Amino acid sequence: MQSLSNRKKVLEQKPMNFWERMYLPAIAKGLSITIKHFFKKNPTVKYPEQERPYSKNFRGQHSLKRDELGRERCTACGLCALSCPAEAITMTAAEREKGEEHLYREEKYAVVYEINMLRCIFCGLCEEACPKEAIYLDGKHVTADYLRKDFIYGKDKLLEPKFDLTQLASQNN
Amino acid sequence: METAFLLEKLILVVVVFTVTLVIAMYSTLAERKIAGFMQDRYGPDRAGLFGILQPLCDGGKFFFKEEIIPAGAHKQLFVLGPTLAIITACISSAVIPWGQTLTIGDRVISLQVADVNIGVLYIFGVIALGVYGIMLGGWASNNKFSLMGAIRAASQSISYEIGLGLSLIALLMVTGTLSVGEIVAQQTGFLGWNIWVQPLGFLIFITCAFAECNRVPFDLPECETELVGGYHTEYSSMKLGLYMFSEYINMFVSSALMAALYFGGYNFPFMYDLGLSQNWITILGVIAFFIKIFAFIFFFMWVRWTLPRFRYDQLMNLGWKMLIPLAIANIVLTGVITIIKDTYF
Amino acid sequence: MTLFYFVAFLSIFFALMTIFTKNPVHSVLYLVITFFTFTVHYILLNAQFLAVVNFIVYMGAIMVLFLFVLMLLNLNKETEPMRSHVVKFMGAIAGMCLLITFLGAFRVLETDTGLVVADPEIGLVKNLGKVLFKDFLLPFEISSILLLTAMVGAVLLAKKETRVKQNG
Repeated sequence: MQSLSNRKKVLEQKPMNFWERMYLPAIAKGLSITIKHFFKKNPTVKYPEQERPYSKNFRGQHSLKRDELGRERCTACGLCALSCPAEAITMTAAEREKGEEHLYREEKYAVVYEINMLRCIFCGLCEEACPKEAIYLDGKHVTADYLRKDFIYGKDKLLEPKFDLTQLASQNN
Repeated sequence: METAFLLEKLILVVVVFTVTLVIAMYSTLAERKIAGFMQDRYGPDRAGLFGILQPLCDGGKFFFKEEIIPAGAHKQLFVLGPTLAIITACISSAVIPWGQTLTIGDRVISLQVADVNIGVLYIFGVIALGVYGIMLGGWASNNKFSLMGAIRAASQSISYEIGLGLSLIALLMVTGTLSVGEIVAQQTGFLGWNIWVQPLGFLIFITCAFAECNRVPFDLPECETELVGGYHTEYSSMKLGLYMFSEYINMFVSSALMAALYFGGYNFPFMYDLGLSQNWITILGVIAFFIKIFAFIFFFMWVRWTLPRFRYDQLMNLGWKMLIPLAIANIVLTGVITIIKDTYF
Repeated sequence: MTLFYFVAFLSIFFALMTIFTKNPVHSVLYLVITFFTFTVHYILLNAQFLAVVNFIVYMGAIMVLFLFVLMLLNLNKETEPMRSHVVKFMGAIAGMCLLITFLGAFRVLETDTGLVVADPEIGLVKNLGKVLFKDFLLPFEISSILLLTAMVGAVLLAKKETRVKQNG
């Protein structure tokens, strides 16, 4: 039959000649290959002592960002949940009360914000969809756990810790 | 005098046993290390410096594992199997000359446990006995994989013993003695080694030695991919450990044998030209012997991590249709050369 | 001498055990031990070569093959063939005949005078080889031809089936 790709090759198996039947040259060749590897430098990274640097565009655990005054940026618009191909994100929105302006930047915020880490495929589409630059996949690996319910990360785990800009300024001085 | 002699031999036996066991122990580590390096990784390196404590950890683990004797197994023979395997592995080192003589005070101590004048045949006998351990263990397990492994081991061992014996006959024709001590003593200097006289014989011998030790590429008795581990499928805990241990001891002893029979044993180049005293020559000789042994052990491992396993019919073909005719041809060739040398030179 | 009696006792004991055990594999193992005691006997007689050959050939090769066959057959109570009374009767007669032969042989046999043989070193490899290849060369070669014939015959027997297939 004419092959479609025209790349078909008929493999010819000749009967082995005397040297090939002796196996010795082939064995010597194999031995030389393994001994070459014996003296090669190992690419192994000895993990706990040595860590490999993460790639610049590595996507790890999500974090919900705060603005320069330490307020949550998320406005619970739901675009991230909408863009998520794995449907890993759920949230409940609420209106900002009087006196909470130092906590939330927008007038609407997420009371509950949950990502199911078992569903998440770390594609980064939520990051791209967010109009408020509130979510980034800039963490480390999501760690292992024993129960499935423990993989649903709430705001307690996702929210970036608050940091004091003024302290940072004093440190720099 | 008699008690001193016995004491001296007893100490020698204990030392040889200890050294054998320690080397067998560290062969397990060396095997994994070499495998690692050949596959571009490190091998075990967590227990102690460079993993030096790994064999101890493994041994400890073996002791604390649960001991399982299957319900359908034949209890006595099930225990006898590994026992025989390790005993036969250990006693074969008795006739190997580890070095020349040491002079302490006015006593001259020979570093060979027993210089019997049928040393080579003794080793043969012990090797032949070694297969019982595997066969009994495999049969007593009452498991078809074990039985298959045992039968393969037995047929392989018997087939390759013939090649081993025939290759040695040519060597014996050259040396003219059956005593291992004398064979080693004859090979002085570097050019006196038997490898130069018997290269083909050595090739056959080393191939058969691989088969007798059940090492890759002839590890059919225990090939994991077909037989789930072969004759030791049902073994657990230290009994499994004994089987593995006996395999490494066998490897050590056959390395020693090859070094002694073909590579001059404790002889090293220029040993009498350096103007050393007899004791120093002996000590250096022992070191040289062990270097040769380690080189062979390394070669065993090197081959293991290079070659794939033979198929069963290939194994039998190689043994019966290649090695045995080659060995016979080697005997004839050696005989012809000996006669020509005797009559014309 | 006590050593001899002890080893002789062991030989006879294990030989009897070979006959009286029910399990065929045990039987083979007792036979192996019996052969081992024979090896010890040879060593006591200063016949090192015979000892080691007995060790290699009988213990190391032939008995392994016995064991091999028994393991493959896997004999047990269920597969035991029916023993008819005729077979038992025949066995008894054969045993008696053997006994009578032995008795006749012992009557003719001279008892050991306790003297050592002319050359006590005859059992060593070197001497044995010289005797075999000088004084007894012809019988030695004839027996080797006999063995070769047996070997060729065995190969022929094993080959038979494939040859029939090729022809038919």
